[in-house]
Amino acid sequence: MLNILYFARLREAFGLEKELLPMPPTATVEGLLTQLRSRGGVWADALGAERRWRVAVNQEMAEIHTPLKSGDEIALFPPVTGG
Amino acid sequence: MSTLRVQFADFNIADELALVRANPCVGAVTSFVGLVRDMNEGSGVYSLTLEHYPAMTERALADIVREAESRWRILHTTVIHRVGELKPTDQIVLVLAASAHRGDAFAACEFIMDYLKTQAPFWKKEQTPSGSRWVEARDSDKAAAERW
Repeated sequence: MLNILYFARLREAFGLEKELLPMPPTATVEGLLTQLRSRGGVWADALGAERRWRVAVNQEMAEIHTPLKSGDEIALFPPVTGG
Repeated sequence: MSTLRVQFADFNIADELALVRANPCVGAVTSFVGLVRDMNEGSGVYSLTLEHYPAMTERALADIVREAESRWRILHTTVIHRVGELKPTDQIVLVLAASAHRGDAFAACEFIMDYLKTQAPFWKKEQTPSGSRWVEARDSDKAAAERW
């Protein structure tokens, strides 16, 4: 299973802070995104390839080709705006 | 040595400076303080809510400080970032960099802020007269981090 977290604008758009999901057929960030986008609506919109989002795997910044393994924590969020 | 904190409470730059000054090898300290403004993108701002990703924030800040320490001769670094609801004139973030001479301290302080702006998982939401809105990441911040 994967532990998925959503932050800031994405959390509000999805109305969801976190969820547990089984490993997608392709065990990468891209595989997970494909599965989430297939939900349509706000999911396809906010996670569309042309939209601006970032991903962290196990609390480290990652990218679409980053491989995933069972038990990983994947966080999806907008570009950061601290400081 | 570094001090990294994420907190709701305000901070006092004089207290943080006193800690750094205790080391007699320190000959230069630079600091940056980020504040909440009452205006952004042409609209008034009543307040700002800062959210972060707790499990990742400390690691991200530590990575940034480690990178700064590998590039410059730094004796001490302090990074304090506030979260929660803040009002105009409130302090948001403090970066202190201490070294033997000013060049390393100036460069490290600016580097840490530029990297923090693009790498540390914080997000700002503004409350304005026309409702609340998430602050958009700026291309200028990305460019500032990329020049290092």
